[in-house]
Amino acid sequence: PEMLDNEDHLLENHPRELTQNPLKKIWMPHKNSHIGHRRVCMTNCPTLIVTVGLPARGKTYISKKLTRYLNWIGVPTKEFNVGDYRRECLKIYKSFEFFRPDNEEGVKIRRQCAMSALNDVRQYLSVEGGQVAVFDATNTTRDRRGTIMKFAEQNGFKVFFVESVCEDPEVIAQNIVQVKLGNPDYMNCSSEEAIEDFMERIKCYETSYQPLDEDLDSDVSYIKIMDVGRRYLVNRVVDHIQSRIVYYLMNIHITPRSIYLCRHGESDLNIKGRIGGDSGLSSRGKEFAKRLRSFLEEQKIKDLKIWTSQMKRTIQTAECLGVPYEQWKSLNEIDAGVCEEMMYEEIQEHFPLEFALRDQDKYRYRYPKGESYEDLVQRLEPVIMELERQENVLVICHQAVMRCLLAYFLDKTSHELPYLKCPLHTVLKLTPVAYGCKVESVYLGVESVNTHRDRPENVNVQRSTEDALQTVPAHL
Amino acid sequence: MRGCSSRCKSTQNQGKAVCMTNCPTLIVTVGLPARGKTYISKKLTRYLNWIGVPTREFNVGQYRREFLKIYESFEFFRPDNEEGLKIRRQCASAALNDVRQYLTEEGGQVAVFDATNTTRERRDTILEFAEQNGFKAFFVESVCEDPEVIQENIVQVKLGSPDYTNCNTEEAVEDFMKRIKCYENSYETLDEVLDRDLSFIKIMDVGQRYLVNRVLDHVQSRIVYYLMNIHITPRSIYLCRHGESELNVKGRIGGDSGLTPRGKEFAKKLNQFIQTQEISELKVWTSQMKRTIQTAEALNAPYEQWKVLNEIDAGVCEEMMYEEIQENYPLEFALRDQDKYRYRYPKGESYEDLVQRLEPVIMELERQENVLVICHQAVMRCLLAYFLDKTAEELPYLKCPLHTVLKLTPVAYGCKVESISLNVDAVNTHREKPENVDVTRMSEEALITVPGHQ
Repeated sequence: PEMLDNEDHLLENHPRELTQNPLKKIWMPHKNSHIGHRRVCMTNCPTLIVTVGLPARGKTYISKKLTRYLNWIGVPTKEFNVGDYRRECLKIYKSFEFFRPDNEEGVKIRRQCAMSALNDVRQYLSVEGGQVAVFDATNTTRDRRGTIMKFAEQNGFKVFFVESVCEDPEVIAQNIVQVKLGNPDYMNCSSEEAIEDFMERIKCYETSYQPLDEDLDSDVSYIKIMDVGRRYLVNRVVDHIQSRIVYYLMNIHITPRSIYLCRHGESDLNIKGRIGGDSGLSSRGKEFAKRLRSFLEEQKIKDLKIWTSQMKRTIQTAECLGVPYEQWKSLNEIDAGVCEEMMYEEIQEHFPLEFALRDQDKYRYRYPKGESYEDLVQRLEPVIMELERQENVLVICHQAVMRCLLAYFLDKTSHELPYLKCPLHTVLKLTPVAYGCKVESVYLGVESVNTHRDRPENVNVQRSTEDALQTVPAHL
Repeated sequence: MRGCSSRCKSTQNQGKAVCMTNCPTLIVTVGLPARGKTYISKKLTRYLNWIGVPTREFNVGQYRREFLKIYESFEFFRPDNEEGLKIRRQCASAALNDVRQYLTEEGGQVAVFDATNTTRERRDTILEFAEQNGFKAFFVESVCEDPEVIQENIVQVKLGSPDYTNCNTEEAVEDFMKRIKCYENSYETLDEVLDRDLSFIKIMDVGQRYLVNRVLDHVQSRIVYYLMNIHITPRSIYLCRHGESELNVKGRIGGDSGLTPRGKEFAKKLNQFIQTQEISELKVWTSQMKRTIQTAEALNAPYEQWKVLNEIDAGVCEEMMYEEIQENYPLEFALRDQDKYRYRYPKGESYEDLVQRLEPVIMELERQENVLVICHQAVMRCLLAYFLDKTAEELPYLKCPLHTVLKLTPVAYGCKVESISLNVDAVNTHREKPENVDVTRMSEEALITVPGHQ
């Protein structure tokens, strides 16, 4: 830039030249990446989430689910289960006697395990780039929580407590059956023995349990979840990430249900090997829609909600089902921008650099004037939130969208996500069980093209066309 | 479509609209006077309408003012004033009647019944009413004992109330404090045990603590999330567009062009303006388009890029002049003029879509304090409509000229707006709705309101 004027010379606020990052299409000053583009979590310091509650109150369930959610929305999160540390240390679990408050040896080991876990927390948050750590233990005394808060203060972490309080014997029994019987602690016991021992274990904590208190803990940030989400007490939410955590925890439930995910029936553009667009179903696609209807009827699902995108092919699929459905624009397929309706061969021909960049980092790569998988996740977050609120739902969507949703339920990393297999004419039935999700894949027996393109070996920008197109699936 | 959220469309052939809530919701405020019930009611109503949920508030105090005409003193509110009690009960009933009308016949989705509702008896009456009419009830209680907060409340919104137009400040404050006392003895706060079957949120000490009970559905969950994110700390929000861009001067919409020299001049002036404002801890947000980022670069301060602040996607019309849109897509152009809020560009977006994608921005703006948002014309219209409570009809025609900063400061129940032009010339990009919006209109009629450009 010319600087002929004195004025220009003196002005220090010359806007810096901008370049657009070729992968994510983000405008930045030169090669600087100091400018923050909107990440979900705007805390400047890491957050330590601390669970509180008697055994069998769902602390680990909440820890794992919350960790999965935060990682999916892009907040690096890790859970630290003190029970795991204890199992490492002890190797063999004998009985509840280990947890008796007067068992000095036991108390000593448990304190060491907690310290060891906190050490790893410090490592994760301060050294390894973690943003949130979930410290999963009973933490039932004010004394123990005081120790943790001191630790957090020394290390510059914000603390947020998540307490689960429940006295419903049925819920506790169900909890024990679902997750304790299969626990390594009880591998060599019968069900009755395990339950009996576990109930004694709970008793060991009960007398010293000091729940979070409105008055005594008025300066502490926390959410107290009562009776599996019937009631919540929320105190001193201090930032964005805590607000999102509270919102999430208030929307999840444990009522048994299933989520069905599938793509639209095969479309005319699918057959031609073209991506994106808004085409209608092929005749095989229509056949799939009919089979889908039969499948659903056989499943005899109670109060099934059906969601589609606002693209013709998902709506056509839903229309065959003969029941009401809701259209969500946010379920639309990833926007391929300038590459919309192209074949991979054409993308390679017209945009070989883009095609290579995409193979280098398929999650973060944004099509010119289009979207990235990373963008997709952000726009699908309200869908996930509503799926958590709902019970039985069928989501008829698209390949990239389905990959994102599946990654959330199956805790897949951003590296795995864009390569998850979501073939046409196949329904995935997801049923929450224990700490995770059972997946049943049901192929409805109607043939279709394959639209899955694996990552090729050569992702270099100078690769040959054959190398680039090596993994393109067949089409017309 | 009535009663549906902006994100869903009903399935035409089924006749049944698939909505966010299946039955209307009656939100009921609870709390002593000067606890922010009306502030919450108005703000919540504004938010719900903006996200596309038809909502209206019904303030019983207003019904009382209609009825009584002249407010004499706190004596009216004495619990032993039988005449007063009778009138107040009648006003509450009249308001509930209007609630029924709104939710059952006028297509309303949510009604906010704003009154003290401090006794369990009154709340039971309302619950009965809701049950009879098939409405879900959700209580919002505000509890606060901090005398400073209550004092500030009285100063901000009571002194200016019609009740106190003929009093001086001291008289008004004194009378109001006595008014509060009239309610205190009979106040039955929502109780964890006694009211465990009700759906409610209890807001304590202006948001320090919340008790949330039995949230039943999506709307209630969104209401709770919203209420937990708002605050009353004084602050200002600055809205402006990027500096004039290359495509702006050519009369072209959309695209991702850079700033013109005048646009760069604006960016410099913006920096100076911000310095003079001496804003504590200002956050700066931009979109991910070059022109807003270039503008922010001149501020020499950190800024955050939000993809969701990007300008409305004009799809096949991206980078066209209005004259070209008329030439190539005359039907689309006419449809847009017929319903600019709901109209979606082919392969693009509508204002309605924009609002949906901007909702997280609004939520975060509520959480934040001083923020400058450098965005785009359509985006700025949407954000402004939220703060100034504009309807879907008004929104797409709000004036958001280039090189002008709007400073929004919450005051009383609304928002003070100061418009500051930074005195750098720019093209006008505002196209008014033409008279003739018929699809058969002539080119001249379609283009009559297009602003001048190169």
